[in-house]
Amino acid sequence: MFNRGAIINIRGLGHRTIDSVMRFGYASRFFALTLLNSGACFRRPHLIVRELYYTGVQSMIIILVSGLFVGMVLGFQGYQTLNTYGSESALGVLVALSLVRELGPVVSGLLFASRAGSAMTAEIGLMKTTEQLSAMEMMAVDPIARVVAPRFWAGVVSMPLLAAIFSAMGVYGGYLIGVVLIGVDDGSFWSQMQSAVDFREDIVNGVIKSVVFGVAVTWIALFEGYDSPPTAEGVSGATTRTVVTSSLAILGLDFVLTAFMFRGI
Amino acid sequence: MERSTIDLWVGLFMVAGLGALTILALKVGNMGSVGSNETYQLSAEFTNIGGLKPRAAVKSSGVVVGRVSGIIFDNEKFVARVSMNIDSRYKFPQDTSASILTAGLLGEQYVGFEGGAEDKPLTPGATLKLTQSAVVLEKLISQFMYSKADGSAGK
Amino acid sequence: MATDNLVEISGVGYAYDKRRTILSDIDMKIPRGKVVAIMGISGSGKTTLLRLIAGWFKPTRGDIRVDGVLTRELDRDGLYSMRRRMGMLFQFGALFTDLSVYDNVAFQMREHTDLSESMIHDIVMMKLHAVGLRGAHHLMPSELSGGMSRRVALARAIALDPMLMMYDEPFTGLDPIALGVIRKLVRRLNDTLGSTSIIVTHDVQEALDIVDYVYYLSEGVMVAHGTPEEMRASTDPLVRQFVWGEADGPVAYQYPSRKFNEELELV
Repeated sequence: MFNRGAIINIRGLGHRTIDSVMRFGYASRFFALTLLNSGACFRRPHLIVRELYYTGVQSMIIILVSGLFVGMVLGFQGYQTLNTYGSESALGVLVALSLVRELGPVVSGLLFASRAGSAMTAEIGLMKTTEQLSAMEMMAVDPIARVVAPRFWAGVVSMPLLAAIFSAMGVYGGYLIGVVLIGVDDGSFWSQMQSAVDFREDIVNGVIKSVVFGVAVTWIALFEGYDSPPTAEGVSGATTRTVVTSSLAILGLDFVLTAFMFRGI
Repeated sequence: MERSTIDLWVGLFMVAGLGALTILALKVGNMGSVGSNETYQLSAEFTNIGGLKPRAAVKSSGVVVGRVSGIIFDNEKFVARVSMNIDSRYKFPQDTSASILTAGLLGEQYVGFEGGAEDKPLTPGATLKLTQSAVVLEKLISQFMYSKADGSAGK
Repeated sequence: MATDNLVEISGVGYAYDKRRTILSDIDMKIPRGKVVAIMGISGSGKTTLLRLIAGWFKPTRGDIRVDGVLTRELDRDGLYSMRRRMGMLFQFGALFTDLSVYDNVAFQMREHTDLSESMIHDIVMMKLHAVGLRGAHHLMPSELSGGMSRRVALARAIALDPMLMMYDEPFTGLDPIALGVIRKLVRRLNDTLGSTSIIVTHDVQEALDIVDYVYYLSEGVMVAHGTPEEMRASTDPLVRQFVWGEADGPVAYQYPSRKFNEELELV
């Protein structure tokens, strides 16, 4: 009796694994098609601009506010810890490096996934459910070129910009708490920061990270929407999957990129 | 949504994003300072480099004049060879001394150039003769303890 | 080679996989300029047949010719250029919800032609006028009623004057007045545009009034065909049950189950 249950479970596990691999293959084909069909939206940039509004501009508020708060918390906590070693003048370094190297790309990536990513999945899933994608195909317009590709490029462009805005707001938040509120020295805050934060090593690496996250999140969001079952439960499940998978992907990629980029330092 | 309104907001977004990137690059990072200036190489040998790492600063009178480009161990002389890229604007006399100093208690270690009264400057590729190795905390403590022990034994 | 038949379907079968055969051995001819209905109860395979004609799938057996061209031989570009001469009206309209009525109707012209905006404007107004909704051009799809959105979808489908119009359940869920409007439009547009129309539906009485010929499918097989008069007068029990909407007949009322006595555990 016990043996039978175990065998059935293993078989189910095997099925699910094979299904996942097949689905990943399908998703990769989808990614390739998106890239190949991007020519159309580069010739008609207003399509990308429109999507930039919905992904980038509408995420601005949450990014600005979150960046400010994260920076302020960093200021508080950083001060507490550094003060015990008498190094509170290094607060600027702490805040800036934490944001530019890690928190900026990662947290704004997670926020982007839950706000813009889930919206993209829901929108495309709904278009599939109401047969809008089929109607487009019937009118000899490729939905991947017309609907998916513009959103993809808008997401890839938005992410690094949002991460930069997050980091900048965060530094300002750290400054507000550290210098204005607590009283850390203004000059050493900025000067130590400037000597410790390197353009190539820290800022450029941070931008590279956010571009990678942008590609991952947008790809996942668009694929889940495109592949969702055309029902209400299907779309809602797809939206949840987008947020979960994107978040895990961001954290996983962050580890890989960090290990690779910040090896020697 | 009107097309023109969308264009406006997207334009503002792009400006904000690129502006944030620029602010980060200039005010937060060090792109403004030692950027793509011409440099020349100098070397120095130390018995102990302590925690000195590549890309550490080389300072004179507290001002950053260059960067450490590489550190290798010389197996024949059993010393550490530190190569440095120095900004071409600055020339140092032949008898300049290089010491490994620490910025603050927990700070990073850097190379400090001091003194020098000779007329002739160091040529590119030259090696500094006078060096002072890093202060290793454990040696300092053991020195202190031995001297205390000597002092109390001598009484 | 132009034939009298716009669409010729010979010996077509379609199956997803070995277990489920959706269609078997279908033969149909859709003459040019005619309005033809494909009828059957839900699940009889009629929507699949429509999609086969439109090239969504390739038939697993048999051939489909549209205007003399074999659909199974078309590559992607060929398929797209065939579809540019077709129009399809989806069951609930399938308007693009992020575009206005005007932009929806203008969609195909903006995607496939280089017409100037003023020309597009005139054409859009003409098409909207044909369906009686010229005054609604600025509205968004969410502001339209069911009947109105279907009419806009119809205007969008005829934007490039297609040679073949396909209707997927156009009468479903409409009030009697909207129904009357759509019926009239389907027939009138077909005749004025000189196109051919295929209507997939199970609304018998509405369809029989306007079509020239009827094909009746049951469980993926063609069981009857004829003119509307022939269908009304048919003595075939399967056809009779469908045309006159009888509750019980060859298509059983009760879903297959155990004997009632056994279910109630009386015996």
